[in-house]
Amino acid sequence: MKFAHILGAAALSFGAAFSGAAFAADINGAGASFPAPVYQAWAAAYKEKTGTGLNYQSIGSGGGQNQIVNRTVDFGASDAPMADDKLEKANLLQFPTVIGSVVAIVNLGEDVPLTLSGPILAEIYQGKITKWNDAKIAELNKGAKLPDLAIVPVYRSDSSGTSFVFTSYLASASADWKSNVGAATSVQWPTGAGAKGNEGVAGTVKNTKGAVGYVEFIYAAANKLATTDLVNKAGKVVKPTVHNFMAAAGAADWAHAKNFAASMVDTAGEEAWPIVSATYILLPKNPTNAAQSAEVIKFFDWAYGPEGDAVAEKLHYIALPNTVVEEVKKAWASEVKADGKAVWTN
Amino acid sequence: MDATLSGTQAAQGLATARKPTGRVSDPIFVGLLWGCGIFVLVLLGLIIAMLFEGGLPALREFGISFLWSTTWNPVTERFGAGVMVFGTVFSAVIAVIVALPLSFGIAFFLTEIAPGPLRRPIGVAVQLLAAVPSIIFGMWGFFVVVPLIATYVQPPLIEWLGPIPLIGALFQGPPLGAGMLTAGLILALMILPFVTAMFVEVLESVPPMLKESAYGVGATTYEVYRNVSVPYGRTAMVGAVMLGLGRALGETMAVTFVIGNATRMSASLFAPGATIASTIANEFPEASIGSLKLQALLQLGFILFVISFIVLALSRMLVRTKG
Repeated sequence: MKFAHILGAAALSFGAAFSGAAFAADINGAGASFPAPVYQAWAAAYKEKTGTGLNYQSIGSGGGQNQIVNRTVDFGASDAPMADDKLEKANLLQFPTVIGSVVAIVNLGEDVPLTLSGPILAEIYQGKITKWNDAKIAELNKGAKLPDLAIVPVYRSDSSGTSFVFTSYLASASADWKSNVGAATSVQWPTGAGAKGNEGVAGTVKNTKGAVGYVEFIYAAANKLATTDLVNKAGKVVKPTVHNFMAAAGAADWAHAKNFAASMVDTAGEEAWPIVSATYILLPKNPTNAAQSAEVIKFFDWAYGPEGDAVAEKLHYIALPNTVVEEVKKAWASEVKADGKAVWTN
Repeated sequence: MDATLSGTQAAQGLATARKPTGRVSDPIFVGLLWGCGIFVLVLLGLIIAMLFEGGLPALREFGISFLWSTTWNPVTERFGAGVMVFGTVFSAVIAVIVALPLSFGIAFFLTEIAPGPLRRPIGVAVQLLAAVPSIIFGMWGFFVVVPLIATYVQPPLIEWLGPIPLIGALFQGPPLGAGMLTAGLILALMILPFVTAMFVEVLESVPPMLKESAYGVGATTYEVYRNVSVPYGRTAMVGAVMLGLGRALGETMAVTFVIGNATRMSASLFAPGATIASTIANEFPEASIGSLKLQALLQLGFILFVISFIVLALSRMLVRTKG
């Protein structure tokens, strides 16, 4: 009898706690793993400021797209922009949040500063350049002591946005790559070995003499990995620096990009780092719960602001150009509607 | 005080309630047990049906050649299971070949040679090996075993055995560390405890009289092992090996870390490859609903199910038939 009382009381208080949490209307999002660190950092800072929490599940871009198409989350996140027809069919608004970049890492046994180019990387990953002292690499690195060492290309085994950006770059730099392999979150790699995640690629490169791999810049920066310089489309040798990433973001053709899917890969800017890409949020244009949708927009509105930028910068992500942010805000106000009424106004 | 009081009250309540509920509770209990049994059957059936149904479009698209086609190209959406089926079987067979003699040795040592005080610690250690989570084997394999193999095992083997015709094909390629052989070795460690435990059981079931008679006519330890113990439990031992094979086939995380994940066919032990389970783990997060890729992955899952089922059914059959 007593036990039942206690149980009842416990159930009551439990229920109260639950309904209290529900009242705060946490936002639920899922998708891309590449921006997950910044989304989670934003969520923590935002919760402290407003009391509204954000649960972000980093399940991969494909999973994020699936979940938002089925409307099981408030927003989805994807590294590769979703196809225009799929966006239309699922009635989704797509907008970019932050910009990230991919860098090439190498292990030549000793510390040799190395410059590579898109066509050379494409040939390496096709198994056409097999030695580090190949004439084509030597030509870009005059004076450097290149070892007579077999090249071991390492790629991401799990399908990922990083692979999408990297293969997009190879496809842009090499027609041969474009027609034979192509660009996607995972491709049929002609040669090399696959490792799981950024940490897997970095670990394999570190363990294998002669290996070359690619990782997200945030990962390389945090772990102080040896990166290479690249020759960009303008023919200039560029270093992987935030300044050069921003140059790429500035050089992208945002004005003509449908659904904000502007390509920042291999842009023409003189200082532009060639492997740069934005990561995207997918938001229903016809939300069933207008208040919840407004909360999502409020969150990203805050994230675009100075406080959000500071968090992103600390984690080595790059903020969007202001002109793009203004366009996104216009899209929020004009395209996300519940019962014909905009859920958010600027 | 309060707790004991209510405890006694409850016990009294139970005592008085026992008689009437006995007649009612028994059928309920039996019903529940039936439910549990049926539940497993239904669950298994639903999983198989889901995998088959989900993967059917891929089978329709690519035809029966899906089973052996070696193309896996997510860009052009051409898929085939050939490389993964081969990798799954190849890595599992390596695992069994490595684990078999080790398990034999450990099991015979434990049952015949080991002095009493040593028997328990070694037995427990083997069992603890089974408790190591798969991901730990993967990380250990990736950070410790792969570099060791790449530096000390592969370069000499490639140099010495690579040029030999026929066998040489097994030892080709750059010394990556990650590949079929490494995956097989890690898998061997993972199935070792299960195979060893079953071997111990089989060896212990050998009637002492048989062994004593053999010793009595002057047989050595090896001769008793070779001519009495092993023949007595041969069929059950083969079953145990099949059970190990079954476990190795479906292992996912550890294999994904060390197999090198390349969807290319190669006969070399050192070449990176892929198994069905590792491919599903790698590709699943980016497979969108309704895509051919997801259907191909589900079909792969179904194929793995069928392979494992056949192997496990065989092992059950062999373990049961004694002698």
